Amino acid sequence: MAMAENERELRTLARTGSDSMRGLRRRPRVAETLIQTFLFICGAISILTTVGIVYELGKESLLFFTRRQWEQTNKPLAEDIEADRTAFEVSTSGKPLPVGELIRIGEEIMRVQLVEGGTVTVERGVRGTTATAHRAGLEIQAAQDVTLVEFFGRTEWNPQIGKFGIWALVNATLITSAVALSVSLPLGLGVAIYLSEYATEKARATLKPIMEVLAGVPTVVYGYFALTFMTPLLRTLLGTRTVEIYNTASAGIVMGILILPLVSSMSEDALSAVPNSLREAAYALGATKLETAIKVVVPAAFSGLTAAVIVAASRAIGETMIVAIAAGAGPNFTFNPFKAAETMTGHIVRISGGDLSYNSLDYNSIFAIGLMLFVMTLTLNIVSQHIVRRFREEYE
Amino acid sequence: MISERKTVIAREPFDPGVRHRNRRAGLWRRVFKAATAVGIVFLAALLVSIVNDAFGYVAIENSIDPAALSPDGTPLAALPKDVLTQILAANVSKGLFRRFEHDHPFEDRTQEDVHGLVPEHVVEPKIVAQWTLWDSLTRQRAIAEDVATRYPDAELRFETWLDVAFITSPQSADAARAGVRTAILGSLWTIAIAIVIAFPLGVGAAIYLQEYATENAINRVIQTNITNLAGVPSIIYGMLGLAVFVRALQPLTSGALFGLADPTTANGRTILSAGMTLALLILPLIIINAQEAIKAVPNSLREASFGLGATRWQTIWHHVLPSAMPGILTGTILSISRAVGETAPLVVVGASTYITMDPSGPFSKFTTLPIQIYQWTARPQSVFRNIAAAAIVVLLGLLLSLNAAAILLRNRFSKRAL
Repeated sequence: MAMAENERELRTLARTGSDSMRGLRRRPRVAETLIQTFLFICGAISILTTVGIVYELGKESLLFFTRRQWEQTNKPLAEDIEADRTAFEVSTSGKPLPVGELIRIGEEIMRVQLVEGGTVTVERGVRGTTATAHRAGLEIQAAQDVTLVEFFGRTEWNPQIGKFGIWALVNATLITSAVALSVSLPLGLGVAIYLSEYATEKARATLKPIMEVLAGVPTVVYGYFALTFMTPLLRTLLGTRTVEIYNTASAGIVMGILILPLVSSMSEDALSAVPNSLREAAYALGATKLETAIKVVVPAAFSGLTAAVIVAASRAIGETMIVAIAAGAGPNFTFNPFKAAETMTGHIVRISGGDLSYNSLDYNSIFAIGLMLFVMTLTLNIVSQHIVRRFREEYE
Repeated sequence: MISERKTVIAREPFDPGVRHRNRRAGLWRRVFKAATAVGIVFLAALLVSIVNDAFGYVAIENSIDPAALSPDGTPLAALPKDVLTQILAANVSKGLFRRFEHDHPFEDRTQEDVHGLVPEHVVEPKIVAQWTLWDSLTRQRAIAEDVATRYPDAELRFETWLDVAFITSPQSADAARAGVRTAILGSLWTIAIAIVIAFPLGVGAAIYLQEYATENAINRVIQTNITNLAGVPSIIYGMLGLAVFVRALQPLTSGALFGLADPTTANGRTILSAGMTLALLILPLIIINAQEAIKAVPNSLREASFGLGATRWQTIWHHVLPSAMPGILTGTILSISRAVGETAPLVVVGASTYITMDPSGPFSKFTTLPIQIYQWTARPQSVFRNIAAAAIVVLLGLLLSLNAAAILLRNRFSKRAL
């Protein structure tokens, strides 16, 4: 094909006359430019993905924090009121109305100024609404703002009754991740040191594929394993009264197994990158294999090992199916790993599982949680890349 | 100086502690070995517990003994249609019988069709207890006694949850009849769409970054961005898919734009949305793998091609890509096997919880194999755990064959390259 093209070019040259007429200038190649542009667009699509993630998460979270949620008070209006009445009777049932806050009857928004027994004094038609007449029995709704202080300061999450404390979910995520890391880090480092320092070539050739199989098992299968194997095991060992059927410990341990291959393969890469001359120098000084591994190789590979730990943490925080299946279905602020608690990811999956309607409170809330999750994992990933770049020991 | 050192040595004879140090080294070597063994033990436990649940004894209780139904003792399957219809009429409520008649008149139904209704609505076999494979093999007699005392009417049967019927029958509310046909087809559809979108884009981006990109700000941003995208939790992609494909692009993804929308749903929660979400998810992985493969092509190949007067694209198309292809394909297949097992993003995008119809195209509602496993595992009735285990075996089989294909492909291509 290249030949044919050259021939064609030669023929064109002969037709158009001497070479000097057209010179040896670079001729524009339309096809090549088009191809290059197309390939650039392929690369740029990844940027679009990031922009999409940030935009959608940000937009919906902003709606979550700025949209006024109206909460049912179960307190109906006790009498018919005209558009100019500012004090009226309300039912004694339901939640008390907060003074100074906004309430809503029908489409009209009012500000509560005084509450005396069953009589409420309000300022009518605030926030751009017009005062109209209302009939007795209409439900009064109370304003519910989600503030950042509430979001980050409270420990109870239940948007339906106006509880927006993200810590209930973050805490469960941190517990499962901590359990997972305390399983996978010692084991993963052990595996990595064994594979890179001790194992024979033959042993490595069989062990590495096994670790890869462990990494290739879908997470939903691990979730099944946690629920049907690990939880019963924990309940047999520690008693059914200590360990609930759904618990964060079981999910965490199985998650540890899931990220074990990640830790071991990243750590092994870091250890293998340490040049042999360092090991040989240590042996020459009379160090044992253990002393060489612990005092020479591990410190030399430290940046790589740290990066492995951080990437593992990021993976654990974002892990979804194991916690969705085994950790529990309900936000619960507890430090006891044997109790059920829902993580951020588990909550997102459970809420979006049904036919979620757009613009609902739940829809906005899962995006706020998603943004939090995105920021946490992205920070960890960036830190790990930074550590690898900044603290890498370069050897010739 | 010299005399001082002499005195030190004289006071404390030199002891390198070799024995103690060697003992410690040996101990730790065993610890490291044990860590590796623990990993293997977990893998074994995982596989064993799945197989353990996928087979085993079940005790089945019928509300009516099928033998008592048949007038002269012939098995139900051999009875003529009108006898079966009479049995049905005698044993189900009038309303239900009318509904059958309404759905499909009995005159037009075949014998098999009517026979299919009898077990479901008259005999009503119910699984009252089930045992794991291990128990079934080791405690046969105890199980038989247990069934005889606790469920005197029940029949004990060895159930192979994973069988041909399981793979070929659609989803059902009854665990004994449920299958994964719909889920397998859904998985294949979504994966096919993901590949069609992600493979050309991913390879294109990799070619751009390896062969064209110069060291400038935009290209650095693209590269860093791809690395970071690979670390974003998959559920975030699900939320992106929900907001963009399902919601914003609803006319496109529901098929309404082409007049092909599924009348029962007509929203964006379709196979197309799921496939596009998975495509975005595996795109960074494909790019990174393809970049590695292209990077591994020796520069001499490119230089030789340039030296013969080939353009950049001719060099890439005729020389770089063919020799990078095995690596690119292997990487792609590995990314695909990741996508096959993904659950969370598809749950968020809006997989259907219960569909029995085969997907008819990209605008159908969907469910996939991992989602089916998730939903069965999440059910409180323990009998669904057994079919979840059977579905897991199917899923692992699918993944295993994908990986085997990757290895075969790599071997074949590398032979040809030599």
